[in-house]
Amino acid sequence: MTALVQRLKRSYSTYWYAYAMAAPVVIVLGVLVAYPLGRGIYLTLTDATSLNVGHTIGVNHIPDSFKFVGLHNYQDVLFGQGSYDRFWSHFIWTVSWTVICVGLHFSLGLGLAMMLNQKLRGRTFYRLLLIVPWAVPSFVTVFSWRLMLADGGLVNMLLGSLHLPQPSWLEDPLAQKAAAILVNTWCGVPFMMVSLLGGLQAIPAELYEAAEMDGASAWQRFRYVTLPGLRPVTSTVVLLGVIWTFNQFTIIFLLFGKTNAPDAQILVTWAYQLGFGQLPRDYAQSATYGIILLSILIVFTGFYQRWLKRNDQTAI
Amino acid sequence: MSTTTDRPGAAARPAARPTDVRNAKIRSRGERSRGATALLHTALGLAALIAVFPVLWIFYIALGPDETDYLHPGKILGKATFANFTTVLNHTDFLTWFGNSLIVAGGTALFGVLVAASTGYAVSRMKFPGLRPLMWSLLATQMFPISVLIVPMYYIMANLGLLDSYGGLILVYATTTVPYCAWLLKGYFDTIPAEIDEAGRVDGLSPFGTFWRLILPLARPGLAVAVFYSFLTAWAEVPFASTFMLSSDKYTLAVGLSSFVSEHDSQWNLMAATAVLIAIPVTALFYLVQKNLVTGLTAGAAKS
Repeated sequence: MTALVQRLKRSYSTYWYAYAMAAPVVIVLGVLVAYPLGRGIYLTLTDATSLNVGHTIGVNHIPDSFKFVGLHNYQDVLFGQGSYDRFWSHFIWTVSWTVICVGLHFSLGLGLAMMLNQKLRGRTFYRLLLIVPWAVPSFVTVFSWRLMLADGGLVNMLLGSLHLPQPSWLEDPLAQKAAAILVNTWCGVPFMMVSLLGGLQAIPAELYEAAEMDGASAWQRFRYVTLPGLRPVTSTVVLLGVIWTFNQFTIIFLLFGKTNAPDAQILVTWAYQLGFGQLPRDYAQSATYGIILLSILIVFTGFYQRWLKRNDQTAI
Repeated sequence: MSTTTDRPGAAARPAARPTDVRNAKIRSRGERSRGATALLHTALGLAALIAVFPVLWIFYIALGPDETDYLHPGKILGKATFANFTTVLNHTDFLTWFGNSLIVAGGTALFGVLVAASTGYAVSRMKFPGLRPLMWSLLATQMFPISVLIVPMYYIMANLGLLDSYGGLILVYATTTVPYCAWLLKGYFDTIPAEIDEAGRVDGLSPFGTFWRLILPLARPGLAVAVFYSFLTAWAEVPFASTFMLSSDKYTLAVGLSSFVSEHDSQWNLMAATAVLIAIPVTALFYLVQKNLVTGLTAGAAKS
C-alpha cells in the first residue's frame, strides 16, 4: 500500500507539469467532444425525433418523451426494411466516391508535383495558379461550378459545340455523381500536389544519381526511388484525404442545393438530411448514421496503421 | 521543406560523356529536349487554366447586370459593370454577415490556439503515461463526420440557449480546431531544438517558464499558421453554421451566400458578386501562409 502511494507520489511529481500543460485540450475535448459524443450514442439508443424531444414553446416547456429502444436503430439502419435504399446504396456510393476521388487527387497531384519539381522557367507562377482551388473557400467555388454545370451553362455549351452529348449535370443521377467527383477532384488536387511537392524535394538527389549510374530507367527510378522516398508524406496525405473525402459535406450539399439529389448523397450528407433536412427531424437515426460512419473510419484507420506498420512506416 | 530549392547538382554536372559524343546535340543529365520542355509548359499551363478558370468565371459573371447572364456569357462583355458589387454592399446584409464571420472566425482562431499551445508543447517534449492515447484522440477527432456531433450538439446548445449565438458557434468549431492546432503546434515545437529547453532548465526555469519565455516566442510562425488555419476553417464552414445560426442577422457569409440563391429568387449575378467579395480577403490571407501551412500539415504527422 505504501509502495503504491509512493509510486503515485513519484509519478505525480514527475508528470505534474506534463498533465497541467495537457489539461486545457483534455478538458476541451472532454466537454466539447466526449460529452456530446456520449449524448449522441445515447440518442442512437432512443427513438428521439423533433416531435418528442423536449422543447419550449413560448412559456411552456414540453419535456422529453422519447423512449429507450436499445439497438433497434442500428438494426433498422443496417438490416431493416428498405435498408438497401436507405443505407447500403449510399454506403457503396460513399466508398466508391472516396476511392475514386482520393485516387484522382493522388495521381493528378503527384503528376503535377513531379512536373513542378523540374527545373523550369515560371514554375513558381504555375504553382501559385495551381493552388487557387485550395485557396478560395469551397463554398464560393462550388457556386461557380453550379453556374458552369447548369443546363445551358458553360460546360454544356462547350460540349455542344463539340457535338458531344450534354448531360443534365445537376439533375440526372449518374451525371450528378460525375459532377460531384469532378468538382471534388478540382478542389482536392492542390493539397496533394503541394504536399507531394514538399515530399519530392526532400528526396536526396544522390539517390537519383546512384540509380542512374546503375542504369535504372526513368520508370525504375520512379518506382524504386521516388515512390519509396515519398512514403512518409504519402501515408499521411492519403489517410487525411480518405478521411476528408469520406466526410466531404460542403461540395455535395451545396452543389445540388435542396433539390435532394437522393442518389448522389454520400452517407454524411444523407445523415444530415435525416437530422435537419426533413420534418419531423429524425435525431435518433441521424445520430445512428453518425456513429456508424465514425466506426467505419476508425476501423479503416486501424487497418491502415497496421498495414503501414507491417511495411515499416507509421503515420503518427 | 522549402519549395523553391532545386535538386542540387541536377544541372551543374559537366555535360559530355563519351557515349553521347555521337549525338549531334549533347545534353547534360537532368536537361530536357526542347520538345519535352514545351510539353511540360503545355501540360502545366493547361492544368493552371483549369485550376483558375472557375474562379475567373464567377468574377466574370459578377460583372453582368442581369440574373440570367450566366446563360449567355458573350453578352456580358458589352455591358460589364460593377453595379452588382455596389448593390451587394449597399442593399443586402453582406456587411452584417461579414462582421459575423469575422467575429466567429476570429474567436475560433484565438480560442483554438490559446488552448492548444501548451498541450502541443507537452506532447512534443514530455513523455508521460497517456501520451499515445492523447495523440490518438487528437487524430480521431479529425475523423468525426459532422453528423456524429451535430445532432447531440444541437440538442445541448438548444438546452443551454446557445443556438444562434457567436459563442455557441465558436465552441462548436473548437471541437475540430483545438485538436488540430495541438497537432500542428506539436509538429512545430518538434522543429525547435531541445537544447534550448535544456539551457532554460539549467538557468532555473520551470518547464512552464521554459515554454512561456523561450519556446513560445520562437514558435511565433507556427502559432501564426495555427491562427490562420483555424480562421480559414471557421470562415469556410457550412453545415454547423447553417444549422446553428437561425436568424439572418447572425448568418455567417457561408450561410448568407446560400440563402441568396433561395431567397432572392436565384439572383445569380448578385450571388457571384458576393462570392467574389468573400473570396478576395481569404484568398489573400491564404497566400500569406500557404508555404508554412503544408509543412505544418504533414510535418506533425510524418515525424514521431
